[in-house]
Amino acid sequence: MELHSLTLHALRELIIKKEITAKDAAFAYTRRIGQVEPEVNAFLTLTPNKTIEMAERADKVISGQPEAGQPAPLLGVPLAIKDNMCTEGIKTTCASRMLENFIPPYESTATRKLMDAGYVLLGKTNMDEFAMGSSTENSAFGATKNPWDLSRIPGGSSGGSAAAVAADMCAAALGSDTGGSIRQPAACCGVVGLKPTYGRVSRYGLVAFASSLDQIGPITKDVEDCAIMMNVIGGHDPLDSTSADVALPDFTANLKDGIKGLRVGIPREYFPGYLNLPQDWKQALRLGERSYFVSPGIDKEVFAAIMEAVNALQSLGAEIKEISLPHTGHAVATYYILATSEASSNLARYDGVKYGYRAKEHEDLLDMYKRTRSEGFGPEVKRRIMLGTYALSSGYYEAYYKKAQQVRTLIKRDFDDAFKDVDIIITPTSPTPAFKLGEKTADPLQMYLSDIFTISVNLAGIPGLSLPCGMTGSNLPVGMQILGRHWGEETVLRAAYAYEQATDWHTRKPGM
Amino acid sequence: MQYEPVIGLEVHAQLKTASKIFCGCSTLFGQGPNSQTCQVCIGMPGVLPVLNKTAMDFIIKTGLAMNCAVAPYSRFARKNYFYPDLPKGYQISQYELPVCQGGYVDMAIDGETKRIGLTRIHLEEDAGKNLHEGIEGASHVDLNRTGVPLMEIVSEPDIRSASEAAEYMRKLRAILRYIDVCDGNMEEGSLRCDANVSVRPAGQREFGTRAELKNMNSFKNVQKAIEYEIKRQIAVIEDGGKVAQETRLWDANQGITLSMRGKEEAHDYRYFPEPDLVPVEVSKEWLDEIRETMPELPDAKRERFVREYGIPDYDAMVLTESRALADYYEAAAKLSGAPKQASNWIMGDVLRELKNAGVEPEECPLEPERLAGMIKLIESGVISGKIAKTVFEEIYNSRKTAEEVVAEKGLVQITDEGAIAKVIDEVMAANPHNVEQYKTGKTALLGFFVGQVMKKTGGKANPGVVNELLRKKLA
Ligand SMILES: [Zn+2]
Repeated sequence: MELHSLTLHALRELIIKKEITAKDAAFAYTRRIGQVEPEVNAFLTLTPNKTIEMAERADKVISGQPEAGQPAPLLGVPLAIKDNMCTEGIKTTCASRMLENFIPPYESTATRKLMDAGYVLLGKTNMDEFAMGSSTENSAFGATKNPWDLSRIPGGSSGGSAAAVAADMCAAALGSDTGGSIRQPAACCGVVGLKPTYGRVSRYGLVAFASSLDQIGPITKDVEDCAIMMNVIGGHDPLDSTSADVALPDFTANLKDGIKGLRVGIPREYFPGYLNLPQDWKQALRLGERSYFVSPGIDKEVFAAIMEAVNALQSLGAEIKEISLPHTGHAVATYYILATSEASSNLARYDGVKYGYRAKEHEDLLDMYKRTRSEGFGPEVKRRIMLGTYALSSGYYEAYYKKAQQVRTLIKRDFDDAFKDVDIIITPTSPTPAFKLGEKTADPLQMYLSDIFTISVNLAGIPGLSLPCGMTGSNLPVGMQILGRHWGEETVLRAAYAYEQATDWHTRKPGM
Repeated sequence: MQYEPVIGLEVHAQLKTASKIFCGCSTLFGQGPNSQTCQVCIGMPGVLPVLNKTAMDFIIKTGLAMNCAVAPYSRFARKNYFYPDLPKGYQISQYELPVCQGGYVDMAIDGETKRIGLTRIHLEEDAGKNLHEGIEGASHVDLNRTGVPLMEIVSEPDIRSASEAAEYMRKLRAILRYIDVCDGNMEEGSLRCDANVSVRPAGQREFGTRAELKNMNSFKNVQKAIEYEIKRQIAVIEDGGKVAQETRLWDANQGITLSMRGKEEAHDYRYFPEPDLVPVEVSKEWLDEIRETMPELPDAKRERFVREYGIPDYDAMVLTESRALADYYEAAAKLSGAPKQASNWIMGDVLRELKNAGVEPEECPLEPERLAGMIKLIESGVISGKIAKTVFEEIYNSRKTAEEVVAEKGLVQITDEGAIAKVIDEVMAANPHNVEQYKTGKTALLGFFVGQVMKKTGGKANPGVVNELLRKKLA
């Protein structure tokens, strides 16, 4: 097996045992990037000098390390970072013309923690501009392609990170998730992605899209890698008041304890006929009699894969229960009011005054603002700024923003109630597998519906993980979403690990 | 027709914290442009605010001093607008749930207590400063002031005249300086004031249309601007016109207010809760902790001065105007053992000297110890009140004590009856005509003789002894 196709934990083992050097690992990935990146376009910036420098530093640490010492958890491990996390001295563009040449003079807390853990930076990954989108087509610097099928989208907004992991261009990556931006691309690319509980990972240095929803998380090749990454990036940060001061567990500790007796919830709203599922449901599905047990909008193959996965969980000892999330139907509308409202304010700072893009020609101050923002932002960003500005305007605030906040509370309560009866909840990550490039760009509403299962999770602030659970007939990965209670990542990871080890979906690789 | 002005003030007080409200930058005034900034207050992408706890302590202290209800749960909000001195495109302020609600401030107007209600006090960050002077074809922005903590104190429309408004400002300033949360310097902008002014026919209950006045950077300007605005609005109404709801700028040079923007151009600030900061919860323990650090406030001190030192209420009011002056008085009163004398000297000579030199009481070159030393010399009869005037001038303008000055200049009072009698004899011998007249009944000439004796002794003779001896000898 080639070095670049190893999991993070396998690679780390080799480095620590000194069977390979960190530099070997770095070279393996830079070589791999050289081979496949021209086709995938997962990176916005590659940092070869920095990569070598960090790998050499890791090797120095390893050679000076006493045998019995506890090595830093990511010593010499090459990673990719979504380009909306500030990296000191390295361009951080958010895939926007607005920040095309922006070099932050500070480091985000998440990447600083990776540094402290000894990681090696490969580069910054492509994304939808300012993390707004579900396909990475909204990047100002060209779309990323899905390694499983180069004519398809990798999902978004962390499409670059997910594609880089899937194509073995890094051992793991960081993404950010506001409404599904880690989980949906992870599902599209057949890798593991976790959006942690809101407040678990510091947002300091993450360029804000919607502050009350944004959360950084790992995109990895398997569940164990995900737990290792969480151990590094989690924890309270005095620079982020919304990062919670709760104890950070060792996420690898109970990972392999199995799921006997775990109560698994299936939402009635997504699977209306689950309790009365006919014995021959696969046959019925093939005959097209799906309307009474599959909610509209869910792809048949996705539905089948999730049902098989639920069966697998049951045979691993889990108890399956039907639950209800009555307000879930309002999640998308609620999200697009709250997220765009916050975005309209968060993106006000890009005005051409202090840094970033400034329109060359302008008549006066107001004209400078208008031209700078018209020229610097792409169409989706402008659409959302306008939506959010409208929702917050005097006379509309009560009807939109305020009302949406109230619905958000109801959605959160839905999950609180459901988690009284179950330990985790299963849904598809995305209603469909990866769609074709350009297929939904003309219809923003269709695009927004890609996140129908992931959005309510951000509104509730709970953790959600996507992992591969099947392949479609046209060889596209399907993702299963596992949701847990606030601060319940351990349970989510344990369930994911049990399922993963019982199946072999995570070992499949796109033929690149 | 008689008109009644209705005035409410919005006062911005800059808090005396060492660092800014949401980052660690210094709040030092007058530094090089943008030298007191970091990624947080410059509003770089991805940075987050962290609330300065001292700023919270200060607003709680203010709330307690102004009789407000301190909210157990308050939160910040974003006020959105574009301007180059506002790097994030929004100001972090408070909207729906401010730290302090209600409250009041009492002040003495024509011998009566007038109570001005407060609507709220909230915390917010200051903006930067646009620089246009001396720059050709461009404007620059200095963000040193960005993120300096401000408190906005909003009054109810309880103020009824321009002089009341100025008095209210002085009272706020005194309280803020007493509790040591704001230096109260209007010229440097650490205390700023906007005024909502309207007029209505006397007796009418409904408010008239109000104008918001801005840019008044001294107590005098607050009073002048409001006076002008009241007259202007009355004139508009008398002419059959209607007062427009607008924002007006005070032009101190011309002494007039000018329209800045109308109601139609008013900003829609699109306030919403600040998602980057968690709500602030003020526990009973926190409140108690602050309560324990509260100093005695002006009103309480004034009452105590009247009670303990037996000085007139007016004197007590003047002496408690600032905490430094009150402390100065109290030290002098205690050290001299003569609180009334101390009050007279401070109210008269000390304050006059300070005013002439434009110096604050805390910087008074004459310490209360040396002033008390001089008062003691008067009390014990070593020097006369008249000599004391000379001594005061000497000690105020030097580092010497009153004893030193008296010894150096030989200013000790002559109380020796023999010595004084000798001088009286000389004076009587030199003015036989006047002695004659006195003896025939023109006793008003006593003053003349006292004057002559004092003149001959260089003012050092004890006036009591001189009077007594003169009466005997002339009889
Ligand atoms: Zn700063």
